[in-house]
Amino acid sequence: MSSFLSRRTFSTLSLSIVGALSLCARTYAADEAADAFVNRISTDILDAIRADKSIGNGDISKIVILVDKRVMPNVNFLRMTASAVGPGWRKATPEQQKRLQEEFKILLVRTYSGALGQVSDQTISVKPLRAAADDKEVLVRTEVRGKGDPIQLDYRVEKTTDGSWKVYNMNVMGIWLVENYKTQFAQEINAKGVDGLIASLADRNKTNAKASK
Amino acid sequence: MSVLLKRRCWAVTLLSLALLSAGCATGPNANPKDPLEPMNRGIYSFNDTLDEKFLKPVSITYKEHTPKLVQTGVRNFFRNLADMLSVLNNGLQLKGRETAESLIRVTVNSFIGIYGIFDVATEIGLERHSEDFGQTLGYWGVPDGPYLVLPLFGPSSVRDSSVLPLEYVYDPTSVYHLVYVRSTLLAARVVDKRAGLLQTTDLLSDAAIDKYSFARDSYLQFRRNQVFDGNPPDDDQLEDPSAEISQPADIYVPSAKHATLALKIN
Repeated sequence: MSSFLSRRTFSTLSLSIVGALSLCARTYAADEAADAFVNRISTDILDAIRADKSIGNGDISKIVILVDKRVMPNVNFLRMTASAVGPGWRKATPEQQKRLQEEFKILLVRTYSGALGQVSDQTISVKPLRAAADDKEVLVRTEVRGKGDPIQLDYRVEKTTDGSWKVYNMNVMGIWLVENYKTQFAQEINAKGVDGLIASLADRNKTNAKASK
Repeated sequence: MSVLLKRRCWAVTLLSLALLSAGCATGPNANPKDPLEPMNRGIYSFNDTLDEKFLKPVSITYKEHTPKLVQTGVRNFFRNLADMLSVLNNGLQLKGRETAESLIRVTVNSFIGIYGIFDVATEIGLERHSEDFGQTLGYWGVPDGPYLVLPLFGPSSVRDSSVLPLEYVYDPTSVYHLVYVRSTLLAARVVDKRAGLLQTTDLLSDAAIDKYSFARDSYLQFRRNQVFDGNPPDDDQLEDPSAEISQPADIYVPSAKHATLALKIN
């Protein structure tokens, strides 16, 4: 009996249960509604942050791991970067496009990591969806509720060819992320070209990295 | 309206007209939302310097060396004053339920919450419905007009700054006639507001390539969202340049605006 309930057997058992559950989650995701998708990933991310104290303390390396593991698979970051760069995107070489995505990602992760540290007892409530069942691009509105006034947090999501959803823009209190970078990026490209924009982003990231040390 | 106030209004109008004509941006790169960009940038950097040298340090000291309880009380007190104007503006926008709820909020907080120092209303689940005169104009269809940076006040628009005289007249602190009381209240209000924005401005300087543009675009989007109570019409869809990489370069679209326009025409 004691050998049957040994630590090892138990952990194998629980692992297989988790595996089976996540398999269910995956098949469910195929025809998941957009609001259910947003609800699932935001709950998932909030739980992950609560589970790891070092994220709350602003440990950048931990936050980067969290973002890569839980956020990025659900984001079409190529589209996000491309629409922020605007018409200049098509003039950029594949190599420049890759660099733009890398630097933009670092910028966003660094600046918003502070917000992740604020997570405590907040909950996300997804508002009723105003979209047809076959819409490929949907606006999902949510509200972060905690102490104080609720904070509006909206997402634009698109249906990918394999039927899953991906976020390609988001807003905090009505301020869309992509729109907010669009003018600045266009400004840089007009003045200094695509390489100029990459350099400015890299510069910003370097300054931010220094300041946080 | 007193003679003095009338005179002040005139002075403000004349001054702004003079500034407007001096600061018009021309040329191909002029932003349609921000025709006064050169002037605005000047005022922005003036404000920024003043903030760095004076207001920000004062606010940081306030935030770090005042008991949290006092800070919350001060913050609640001014929020309650703002709620009073929300009652009026919800009324002007004929929003029945919001007017009633704001009125109950103010009543509960002013009396049970002792001059609004304790936000009892939020505790019992009465949410804020923040409305101001600028939003009321927006609600009745007045466009925000060119972006405007005001000396000391910061980001605004022609619409939002046109209501400043109204805000002055209906300022709840005008019930206090003593100058030193009003000045103290004003100073406390400014420091409280700045202290509340410390995190936001830190984020802004980290996140922005150009702080001025970032602040402007945030302000305009934020106000539009407020006017529509968090539900603006969903008409600003951006193009997705990454979707068309394989297409030949000669059908390159000059800008997102033109692309949407072309789509609408087709």
